[in-house]
Amino acid sequence: MSDALPIEVTSPTPLLELRGISKEFPGVKALDDVSFAVYPGEVHMLLGENGAGKSSLMKVLCGAYRADAGEFYYNGEKVAISSTADAQKLGIAVIFQEFSLVPYLDIAQNIFLGREPKGRIPGTIDRRRILADARRVLDTIGFDIDPSTTVDKLGVAQQQMVEIAKAISQNARILVMDEPTAALSDRETELLFALIARLKADGVSIVYISHRMAEVFALGDRITVLRDGRRIDGVKPADVSPDQLVRMMVGRNVDMTYPRHFAEKPGELLLEVKGLTASTGISDINIEVRRGEIVGLCGLVGSGRSEVARAIFGADPVTSGEIIFDGKAISGEPDLAARRGIALIPESRKSEGLALLRSVSDNLVVSALKKLFPSGLFDQRSAQRTADGLIRQLRIATPSARQTVGLLSGGNQQKVVIGKWLAAGSKLFIFDEPTRGIDIGAKSEIFALIDRLVAEGAAALMISSEQIEICHVCDRAYVMREGRIAGHLTRNELTEENIVRLGMHHA
Amino acid sequence: MTDITKEALMPPRSFLSQDAIQVFYRLLAALLICAVLAVLSDSFLSLGNILNVLRQASLTFFIASGLTLVVLTAGLDLSVGANVALSACIAGTVIHKTGSPALGILTGLACGGLVGLLNGVMVTALRIPSFIATYGMLWVLNGLTYWYMAGETLHGFPAGFRQIGSGYLFGLPIPVYLLLVFLGIGTFFAQRTVWGQEIYAIGANPVAARLSGIPVARRLLLVYAVSGTMAGLASIIFLSRLNSAEADIGESLTLPAIAAVLIGGTSLFGGVGTVFGTFIGALILTLVLNGMNLLSVSANWQPLVTGIIVILAVWLDMKTRRRAQ
Repeated sequence: MSDALPIEVTSPTPLLELRGISKEFPGVKALDDVSFAVYPGEVHMLLGENGAGKSSLMKVLCGAYRADAGEFYYNGEKVAISSTADAQKLGIAVIFQEFSLVPYLDIAQNIFLGREPKGRIPGTIDRRRILADARRVLDTIGFDIDPSTTVDKLGVAQQQMVEIAKAISQNARILVMDEPTAALSDRETELLFALIARLKADGVSIVYISHRMAEVFALGDRITVLRDGRRIDGVKPADVSPDQLVRMMVGRNVDMTYPRHFAEKPGELLLEVKGLTASTGISDINIEVRRGEIVGLCGLVGSGRSEVARAIFGADPVTSGEIIFDGKAISGEPDLAARRGIALIPESRKSEGLALLRSVSDNLVVSALKKLFPSGLFDQRSAQRTADGLIRQLRIATPSARQTVGLLSGGNQQKVVIGKWLAAGSKLFIFDEPTRGIDIGAKSEIFALIDRLVAEGAAALMISSEQIEICHVCDRAYVMREGRIAGHLTRNELTEENIVRLGMHHA
Repeated sequence: MTDITKEALMPPRSFLSQDAIQVFYRLLAALLICAVLAVLSDSFLSLGNILNVLRQASLTFFIASGLTLVVLTAGLDLSVGANVALSACIAGTVIHKTGSPALGILTGLACGGLVGLLNGVMVTALRIPSFIATYGMLWVLNGLTYWYMAGETLHGFPAGFRQIGSGYLFGLPIPVYLLLVFLGIGTFFAQRTVWGQEIYAIGANPVAARLSGIPVARRLLLVYAVSGTMAGLASIIFLSRLNSAEADIGESLTLPAIAAVLIGGTSLFGGVGTVFGTFIGALILTLVLNGMNLLSVSANWQPLVTGIIVILAVWLDMKTRRRAQ
């Protein structure tokens, strides 16, 4: 479908060219033979779903990751980028979504952090010069602000400007921006676009990662689409439609099916969420989950999916709205939700799901202590018996129930997290990315398990960034965008294209 | 599946729990110290000296046992010593005023428990790190005690009350019986109750504990209240043993109690440790001090030796634990 080199050539030699970049992590091929070129003064859009390899490519570009294979060419000359210092020397700067500014230093100090002009007394900073230099850099990007303002007083957009000023002061020729408008208002976005136009005119190239279709077409000179760590295509905005781009991002279905008996007619209403709003950035969430159903909750990373899960479970405070579980309103801390029969299988099982230095048995019974030992007296042997039963039932590969849980593989750890809620007898299982970092074999086992749970009358709400999993496993799905439910897809409407279309920012 | 077979072939690394192994090493160390002292000093193995060691260890243990629970949750209670002082002074006053030791004991326990509860509220409701909350509490309690006592010393308590700290029963000091009782209660609570299990779970990973449905805040309140109550108990023993109370009696108690917890193998990072380990820790600490006395080593060296033992014990723990991970 694509050659190693981009088709369109706007200038004879690219400013920077990556050829055949591969990067592998244990179990995942993050980048697979990706080639990518940036020409002087262009805005190059980088598109792809969550996990397509955009971030990895960006990190290879700025030297944070070292590529396993591949070559770099700068102005046609072969170079090596094996450290961030290498990238900086080539004039590559990255504006991450999380800024790296020091809040209590002023703008000038932040721009020249580590490169401050020396004062007459050793160890001091030439205050007058640093302010003048900062003023000059801020002028070049048209940012009118007093450079002695401390950064903690700035808004997100202004901090972003400081980051850009910092990059420009280091003579950056290639600016990589990761979703720069994600946290900006419309007006701030306009200002940023004006700045980008200005930088372009100065010959600065910009690699721009975005999830917003409108931006891709408004700003982009060229678009590169990544999927599953591979470069799918390089196109010009004039030659494609948004729909075509979506199809490129989603691609053909990988041959991976999880057979499931879909419920003929769903059971009784188990969870009803009405107008749920929380300070974590979700608002007016309305969701229903019935017994016997697996309901998907999808959308881009950062669209508020995990926040919905946490709010339902009581892990984050709710500001308004109602959560009705099994016919009764519920509010309060997770221990209350857990006692009522809600289970949360969190996204990061190592930091939120497990006590890694405790045993498999300890972890399996932790949520069921009250149920297993109503008298309040704990019995290690009885706990171990319960754990042994779950180990057999879930086929957890562990030498014994006394094994430290941190020594198990990702898939088996995930089974332990699920197992603790089986022991507790939960009715609603909220899965947040249940298959992240798990190999394919364990994945289908986990899905079979979820299927069995709902077949026995439980219900599941499943968050996943893998649209294909949602399509194969779920009875229906809600799609989130920017903290709200953007739409609902029934079984028949549940396709990857529909999920991506609803989840993308069109505005 | 490959990973299943791979893991099935892996030997189970924990035939004995990590805790059991650590307690075992500590018992060994304590016995070793005993053996060395027995060789070096004739008077070490005398019954009187051994009972003396146990009685001294008991005071440190009472404070340190409650503290162990706090440290198991990855917290710290720096106010225990100051709590002992305030509780002792208040209990002493009540006994003097009412003439009723029982009322005094209850007041002492209540005062200690209340202080602990306040610590718990600061840690849970106000989310102040325990180190800082209890450090502040230390100053507050000191201030209260000095103001309350105004330089006075309480002295002279009923003979019956003094039996608690200095009396004997069947040839053993009464504090030693209390030591065994509370060692039993503490171990039972930590190992054999649901609350104990939850405390370990909280210490091992507070976020996961909360998301597993454990009422973390309530358990922390309990733990700090228990630590305070144990300080209250220590204050009674102290009062009865010394037959007097002054505002400054608590100042030399907190650091040895923390030392006993650490030497006993409880991790400051939480989730690992036992009450029995703390008992051995208190024993080792007392044995070393006792040995130095018997060998006429200047008391000025004692803090230095204590410090070295704490550092050694924690370093060895971290080494063995890293190997286990």
